[in-house]
Amino acid sequence: MIKAIDKQRYILDFTLSSLWRRKGKNLALVLVYTLVVFVLGSVMFFTQALKNEAALVLRGSPEIIVQKMVAGRHDLIPVSHGAQIGKIRGVKAVKARFWGYYYDPGAQANYTLMVPEDLPLKDQEIIVGAGISRVRRLFRGSSIVFRTYDGKPATFFIKGVLSPDSELLSSDLILISVPGFTRVFGVPPDRATDLTVQVANRKEIPTIAAKIVDALPDTRAITREEILRTYDAVFDWRGGIMIAILAGAVLAFLIFAWDKAAGLSAEEKREIGILKAIGWETADVLEMKFWEGLVVSLSSFFLGIILAYGHIFYASATLFEPVLKGWAVLYPEFRLTPFISGYQIAILFFFTVIPYTVATIIPSWRAATIDPDAVMRT
Amino acid sequence: MFFKPGILALFLSSLLISGMVLYASFTGALILRYWDIKSGSETQLRLERKTYLISTILGYVLVFQLFSLFLFIYTADALHPFFTGAMCAVGSLNVNQWGFPLVVLKIITFLLAGLWLIINFADNQGYDYPLIKVKYLLLLVLAPLILAETIMQAKYFLGLRPEVITSCCGSVFSGDTAGVAAEIVSLPRASMEVVFYAAMLGTLALGMAFYRRDRMGYGFSAAILLTFLIAIAAFISFISIYFYELPTHHCPFCILQKEYGYIGYCLYLLLLVGGVAGMGVGVLMPFRQIPSLKETLPSMQRRLALTSIISYLLFTAIATYQIIFSNLKM
Repeated sequence: MIKAIDKQRYILDFTLSSLWRRKGKNLALVLVYTLVVFVLGSVMFFTQALKNEAALVLRGSPEIIVQKMVAGRHDLIPVSHGAQIGKIRGVKAVKARFWGYYYDPGAQANYTLMVPEDLPLKDQEIIVGAGISRVRRLFRGSSIVFRTYDGKPATFFIKGVLSPDSELLSSDLILISVPGFTRVFGVPPDRATDLTVQVANRKEIPTIAAKIVDALPDTRAITREEILRTYDAVFDWRGGIMIAILAGAVLAFLIFAWDKAAGLSAEEKREIGILKAIGWETADVLEMKFWEGLVVSLSSFFLGIILAYGHIFYASATLFEPVLKGWAVLYPEFRLTPFISGYQIAILFFFTVIPYTVATIIPSWRAATIDPDAVMRT
Repeated sequence: MFFKPGILALFLSSLLISGMVLYASFTGALILRYWDIKSGSETQLRLERKTYLISTILGYVLVFQLFSLFLFIYTADALHPFFTGAMCAVGSLNVNQWGFPLVVLKIITFLLAGLWLIINFADNQGYDYPLIKVKYLLLLVLAPLILAETIMQAKYFLGLRPEVITSCCGSVFSGDTAGVAAEIVSLPRASMEVVFYAAMLGTLALGMAFYRRDRMGYGFSAAILLTFLIAIAAFISFISIYFYELPTHHCPFCILQKEYGYIGYCLYLLLLVGGVAGMGVGVLMPFRQIPSLKETLPSMQRRLALTSIISYLLFTAIATYQIIFSNLKM
């Protein structure tokens, strides 16, 4: 046993020094390999991090959202529907929500106006998100004028700015009072944007959602799970598409790797010839090639992962942010919560190391079965 | 559904593995047809060189196969939120009829690939390629299974329609539904415990008999296979509940999750390694009389037997430790 380990150690030792003797060629390979791992790894870390953010955000969201539908479109819901829903067994609370979008020509951006549930605001007071504060230079005490639904101006005073920590969600958010909301949008007094339903027992959510739709046929009930699932699917799909597109790059890399492994220089051939002449067997040369592949693969793999990690979580995914995240004028500035899992690493391994290994098997075998006398004679 | 990174990765690896196995079995067929150790012809020389390539390829196939088995289960587990009612891998595997057969097939191909490597290793011990025909025949058996696995995996993933209501592990692996899984669970716990420990002890005894006195090789090997199946049944029937600390939870997949410290990987790996090594002993039995293997084969078999006993013992030890020190007292 010890002897076998020692043998592998000597082979590894020899492999490392032989790799170092051909630094130029091997470093080029490691560089390209690292780049491939880096790009794929960035895509995967990024989508996973976005999924996590979505999950974190949705954890606090209501179990069921009830919206009224008119002609297939979302419409204002009568507040009286809430009383009906409240009668369903298992429902803990029903609340009316008021929210909407306001286009501000000054900033050329859309704001989200929302009435907070448990934050009392006076009629003319608003609280703005950090993004709006940045773009419109609004701070505590300053004022902003909105154009209401009937064309009249309405002035609001800034009571405060939301903390930048929640910027991913609140960059374009304005918190407003119910009277203020009604004044800007002209919503009839007995209507709300939608209703939120709190359910005491998680397992009853699907049943209660079905009962709501049954009792109020003109509404749709959206459960939290559904939203989460949809986010998951959308981000996964984006990540998957990116990877499928990058498959071309991986293929090019594999051809490159095959070529590097197959194109042995005369000197390398001589080296293997001499090794075999002094007593190495084909199996030993194959083991050497295995260690060579392992060293190259693992160095590039881990280097690529570390770079991808830095790129996503410290450099805010500068390279392909616009593709995966979408875009907006009031784009939030945020840093993703670092997250990395064994599953992602395993998938990345399947996308890079396994194809690389497969691509180099035949060239390695060709090299290992070189005839010593044929090489040394040339 | 298809464009999930995990699914893409599994597809890629299946395609690569199938390609490698196809190439290997094509070469294997040539070897079966033209192999003639006494000849010094160019063809024979080329074939002898090719055997190195095939061994290397199959070695990688085995490793990839093992990785992809676990990646598959993990991916199935990660898919469960897409299916209403599914709570872990069981739910997502149940979405269509391909899920569970696929897992079984993956385990079978892994075991066969392991046995192939053992035969291959034994073959390399003899100077005159004594097992060459056997090993390439086995390869021709293995190849269709791996291809079938690739096709089944494609059918499974392409047949996934999110939102289908599936039964969750709570209802498949609980006593009141029908099916094989439910029958395992409803087996009386006490007798299952007796069977499990008896099987382990019996296997251990046979293993020691083989290791010390070189007897009962076939018996030991058969016992290993039987115990492999019993251990899985026992895991579902009574070991699992001590890990989950929940008397009604029998799922064999949840244990792979983070909540249980990924101990499931360790347990299943021990079972798989023990199974392959132990069955390898039996597979090598008929070749002990071959002159060029007479010297090396018995000691190799002993080492395999030892590996297999140790793996099974560790499995039993971990399970027993959990049963004794679990917060669940039955």
